[in-house]
Amino acid sequence: MVAHLLRLKLTLLRNGLKRSPWQIVGIAFGALYAVGIVGALVVALIMLGRESHEIAQTAVVLGGSLAILGWGLIPVAVSSADMTLDPLRFTTFAVPMRQLLAGLALGGLIGIPGVATALVGLATVATWSRGILSAGAALVGAVLGILTCILLSKVVTTATASLASSRRFKDISGVVFMIPLILLGPIVAGVAQGITASAGFLPDFARALAWTPLGAAWSLGGDVDAGQPGAAGLKLLIAAATLAGLTWCWKVLLERALVNPPYAGGGSRKGGKLGMFALLPPTPTGAVAARSLTYWLRDPRYGGSLIVIPLLAVVLFFQASQGDSLGVLSVLGPLTAFLMAWSISADISYDNTAFALHLATGVRGTADRLGRALACLILSVPVVLAFTVVPFAFTGSWEWLPGVLGLSLGMLLSGLGLSSVVSARYNIAVPLPGDSPFKKPPGNVGQTMLVQFGGMGVLALLVIPEAALLIVQSVTGNPFFGWLNLGVGLALGLVLFVVGVRIGGRWLEARGPEMLAQLTVNR
Amino acid sequence: MTAPQPHPALPPTPAGPPPGGAVPALSIRGLAKRFGTKIAVDGISLDVPAGSFYGIVGPNGAGKTTTLSMATGLLRPDFGTALVHGVDVWANPLEAKRLMGILPDGVRLFDRLTGEQLITYAGLLRGMDRGVVASRVGELLAAMDLAQDAGTLVVDYSAGMTKKIALASALIHAPRLLVLDEPFEAVDPVSASNIRSILDSYVASGGTVIVSSHVMDLVQRMCDHVAVVAGGRLLAAGTVDEVRAGASLEDRFVQLVGGRSHTEGLEWLRTS
Repeated sequence: MVAHLLRLKLTLLRNGLKRSPWQIVGIAFGALYAVGIVGALVVALIMLGRESHEIAQTAVVLGGSLAILGWGLIPVAVSSADMTLDPLRFTTFAVPMRQLLAGLALGGLIGIPGVATALVGLATVATWSRGILSAGAALVGAVLGILTCILLSKVVTTATASLASSRRFKDISGVVFMIPLILLGPIVAGVAQGITASAGFLPDFARALAWTPLGAAWSLGGDVDAGQPGAAGLKLLIAAATLAGLTWCWKVLLERALVNPPYAGGGSRKGGKLGMFALLPPTPTGAVAARSLTYWLRDPRYGGSLIVIPLLAVVLFFQASQGDSLGVLSVLGPLTAFLMAWSISADISYDNTAFALHLATGVRGTADRLGRALACLILSVPVVLAFTVVPFAFTGSWEWLPGVLGLSLGMLLSGLGLSSVVSARYNIAVPLPGDSPFKKPPGNVGQTMLVQFGGMGVLALLVIPEAALLIVQSVTGNPFFGWLNLGVGLALGLVLFVVGVRIGGRWLEARGPEMLAQLTVNR
Repeated sequence: MTAPQPHPALPPTPAGPPPGGAVPALSIRGLAKRFGTKIAVDGISLDVPAGSFYGIVGPNGAGKTTTLSMATGLLRPDFGTALVHGVDVWANPLEAKRLMGILPDGVRLFDRLTGEQLITYAGLLRGMDRGVVASRVGELLAAMDLAQDAGTLVVDYSAGMTKKIALASALIHAPRLLVLDEPFEAVDPVSASNIRSILDSYVASGGTVIVSSHVMDLVQRMCDHVAVVAGGRLLAAGTVDEVRAGASLEDRFVQLVGGRSHTEGLEWLRTS
């Protein structure tokens, strides 16, 4: 039965790849990335074998604890646990619990994260191959540690399954998880500062961790190597007990989940609130804009890109405060304009097959394009203006404001025009409606990258006049070119905006059914 | 045209008087579609008379959805034409779509809108007047028994409620032809009979309804015309009485489509 479950997982993986050759390309990129990281870690662990005992033990215990913590936290945080072998799908098959648990646990090892963890975990054996005994102890520890990783993630995902299946939790967690991700730079810098300030503290911390379920398994090899078989024995007990405890928890939770499937319902609410639809003009264009605005606020895939913008300001401010000049802050406005404008370059892909409504109602292509672009414009104009002007309050070099403002507005308007064309013509792989913004999207990875980079390249060409004028201003020092830039940015941007909406609208009307057919493939 | 009507009322009555019986509500000629190596629809021609309640039945994978998608302008056919009240769907898509209300099967909805917002959106997309949309939305929600959940996001609806809200979005502009792909799937019996009475009076007032289904009993009771589709081809079409030729529609269907395995074998399944 265990072998059956493992074979099922492999078959599911293989059939998933068979759906399109591009899927293989996507997995290949993911695997390449993983191979790089895993390779680096394995090499580092082998090198550690030559370092002093204390350094090796500290690194292995801290790294191992971090891995267990990651397996416990990440699946919940991004609500994208690997559900190919969702235990609930076996409810009707009456698989004996013991075999179901073993099969699902080993199945968790199949896949890029599982294989990567297993390889890196086993590499600790190389670190402790200073003697046969210590290598053997490290091997036992690594196996225990890897199983702890898998089981902890199973316990956590099973326990939070009903929570994670509620739409509200998914929506919020998807957006909230972005915050630490974006702020990774400052956080890492802060942590690194803290570590260099208190380097002596780490070995003590590792020693303490080694007595907890997180680090016990990973410390076995080091303890045997240090000639402390007594401590190693106790830690083996701790690690084994952890594993047994997790297995028991998982079994109990699973038994309960199998007979109480998660219920994802909500209360009912009466109508009467049309929201944006009551505020914007009752025309097709206005309706599309109202719908888009509603999605910007309600769909985590859009909300995610909105939350990036203020965080970006924080990151840039952090960067600027680290360096000696605040000048880098003036990039904020144009950068925000670029991100906002480019964010609707996959708008129809985000709609997925809901786009059929636009097709069925026969809404004009220009109304569709203009509505979406206006919704983005309504949100981004205040933000871009603020983010362009406010940095100059810090730097004080106001003579640059008109030029940078011209670049920001030019970037925003030209970008929206370009996005209107791109999203009318190309369908790219994005997370499906209702999925976490982090979920690996199904579909054509190759075309996605081509469209994204190609589009950004074209946008760079479109804003050459504004960029050139900025350079001219910096060479000549003449503020006239700044004011000229403001005019050029606005005028050229508006022209490109209108042209983009027109072309996009015409293409959409001509190729609407083909777009829908492509979207159906990625459903 | 979706000219706002002075007295919006349910059931939505088709705009304008029905044309002379000569022009069929839907006329498709030689529609064909191939996906890769699989021929999904292999030259289907069919006339749906104006004012009829037309059922399209067929086994799973027969090409019903593909045919209806091509007839309504959602999927471009490889060959063939489709005319809605004489308007070519693929030459004049915008004009043809004004005449049609479509409930496609297996597509998502804009489900982060509330039910009320979704129907309003469908109406406004068609360029209707805000006041007319508002009053029709209220009546549609009441008729579909969704008034209590009008402010709930569609993503939180059950499957049946989702079907009903999609149907309401297809009715908002009072089309002359309604094309409904599997409209009763997952809909509870009470709502189903409410929907049927809405559709019946819609047909009585001159509108045309096309439904696809594989529930034969339902089609036999509800429709006056029926077409049997299997393997991408049209096997029979006409009034229900013509097609069933004395037998029940289900038996006739099985006879036409074939593939019925007689109840031999599976002896081990008999418990006594």
